[in-house]
Amino acid sequence: MSISREDVEYVAALARLELTEQETQEYTEQLNSILGYAAMLERLDTTDVVPTAHAVPLHNVLREDQVGSSINHEKALRNAPDGEEGFFRVPKISLT
Amino acid sequence: MESVSIGKSVSELHELLVHKDISSTELTKAYIDRIQAVDPDLQAYLTVLEDEAMAQAAEVDQKIAQGETLKPLEGIPMALKDNMCTEGIRTSCASKMLENFIPPYNATVTNRLRAAGTILLGKLNMDEFAMGSSTENSYFTKTRNPWNLECVPGGSSGGSAVAVAGDEATFTLGSDTGGSIRQPAAFCGVVGMKPTYGAVSRLGLIAFASSLDQIGPFTKTVRDNALVMNAIAGYDALDSTSVPYETPDYTKFLVNDIKGLRIGIPREYFGEGIDPDVAKGIKAGIQTLIDLGAEVAECSLPHTEYAIPAYYLIATAEASSNLARYDGVRYGYRADSNDVLGMFKKTRAEGFGQEVKRRIMLGTYALSSGYYDAYYLKAQKVRTLIKQDFDKAFEKFDVLLSPTAPTPAFKFGEKSADPLAMYLSDITTVPINLAGIPAISIPAGFVNGLPIGMQLMGKAFGEGALYRVAYTFEQNTNYHSLKPNLSGEVLTCGSR
Repeated sequence: MSISREDVEYVAALARLELTEQETQEYTEQLNSILGYAAMLERLDTTDVVPTAHAVPLHNVLREDQVGSSINHEKALRNAPDGEEGFFRVPKISLT
Repeated sequence: MESVSIGKSVSELHELLVHKDISSTELTKAYIDRIQAVDPDLQAYLTVLEDEAMAQAAEVDQKIAQGETLKPLEGIPMALKDNMCTEGIRTSCASKMLENFIPPYNATVTNRLRAAGTILLGKLNMDEFAMGSSTENSYFTKTRNPWNLECVPGGSSGGSAVAVAGDEATFTLGSDTGGSIRQPAAFCGVVGMKPTYGAVSRLGLIAFASSLDQIGPFTKTVRDNALVMNAIAGYDALDSTSVPYETPDYTKFLVNDIKGLRIGIPREYFGEGIDPDVAKGIKAGIQTLIDLGAEVAECSLPHTEYAIPAYYLIATAEASSNLARYDGVRYGYRADSNDVLGMFKKTRAEGFGQEVKRRIMLGTYALSSGYYDAYYLKAQKVRTLIKQDFDKAFEKFDVLLSPTAPTPAFKFGEKSADPLAMYLSDITTVPINLAGIPAISIPAGFVNGLPIGMQLMGKAFGEGALYRVAYTFEQNTNYHSLKPNLSGEVLTCGSR
């Protein structure tokens, strides 16, 4: 399975990354090299193996539904690159 | 004052504080002076908190003056890797993305160490977002190995390892996703513990790969390591992956006796890619343990070679998801653009470094439609096989033993041009994270003037057995007491 330039451009769009021409070229080569190496996993028959998502599985971590403390509005907004009147401000959202 | 206090272990300093041979203010000032003297060369710190540290020390001294009993870590100066949140103190993850990020809350470990009475000296350099094995991926600076300034300190917790090795802190915390505590501990000749997944809260640890990340201590001695674990380990309701279990007093395991303890030597960890001199050094260490009465036998972890691809698929997939939050809206770097999608793309293009982008690309690919089964799901299934290898081995053995890293520290630039070569150097550490088990690296000798580390692996929540073997080894060897020469003399780098 080899990765084309178009694949890299598609993945970059999914990941919301603007790549330079040089990066597109480099990542195409490097992803091919790394995923080429990862192809060794195909040698293992894993048909009946259950996947592991967490090494120490915990199920249904529940707690009482009680009101606790949390950081206040002012603190939550203090690191915002742009904001006004308690809101985050972003550039216009265009659908085209 | 520097000559009497700098470089002592936490337990020795505690005695000096209790007996009023030294004050916390004097001790803290000595460490600040030491940082100012050697950090221009070592570059371990990204932030030094002189005023805050001195104020904290004065508070402890007041308690001592009032005759209060000192807790084991009270008044002891330490430092944190810069991916652990500190309220009001910049936490950058060594990234341009978080260059100006001031957390509104503390990580649980920050709170616990404060409650234990420690003094926070500052925040330490690392690979950007903890992605790397050499600390060369920091946006800010390159941290240098105190044993040889031409060599890397390892990574990603390079600053944490160097601060302890260079006597710029009594102990530090690092984080370990695929070896990021153990490998730099080995490269710098200090003790580094990666606890069982879920033993130490991850709340406020800036996420890289959530099913693998774990916080742990860097120390000079095994006793110090157990003391720090006592302070940071334990259930935290604010981390839903924190495991509810009763934390033992880890110092209870510090006995100089391993008679009858069963130690397994996985042959796959001594094979291809392992420097013969490193293997020789570790085998000498094994002989020491045999002489001390351990029952040692070879064993096999047959799926070891598959750990690197499985790890890099799982870790990057989780990273691509975790790092989606850096969009320039709520905090962190923002690039200017006319529309919001352009702002996201430019912000991420300019705010992340090359390795972080590479891993986001790899992880996004592994999770993308059509490839999910072939890569991500396959890797999770292989993770099961790797975990089963360990389960089987621990039916016969109490502890497994290997080199921590295939080679001693390498030179700057030696592997940074080839990402795959850098990834392959993690072969001895990543299987442990996939299995979620604890492992410790302890000083075990030198190759070409550079330290090498012995890795001990245990069952889940079996940190105690690791401390017992590590302590016994330490009491019967002198590697941990040797110090790098920081007078400016440059030694020749390793043969590699």
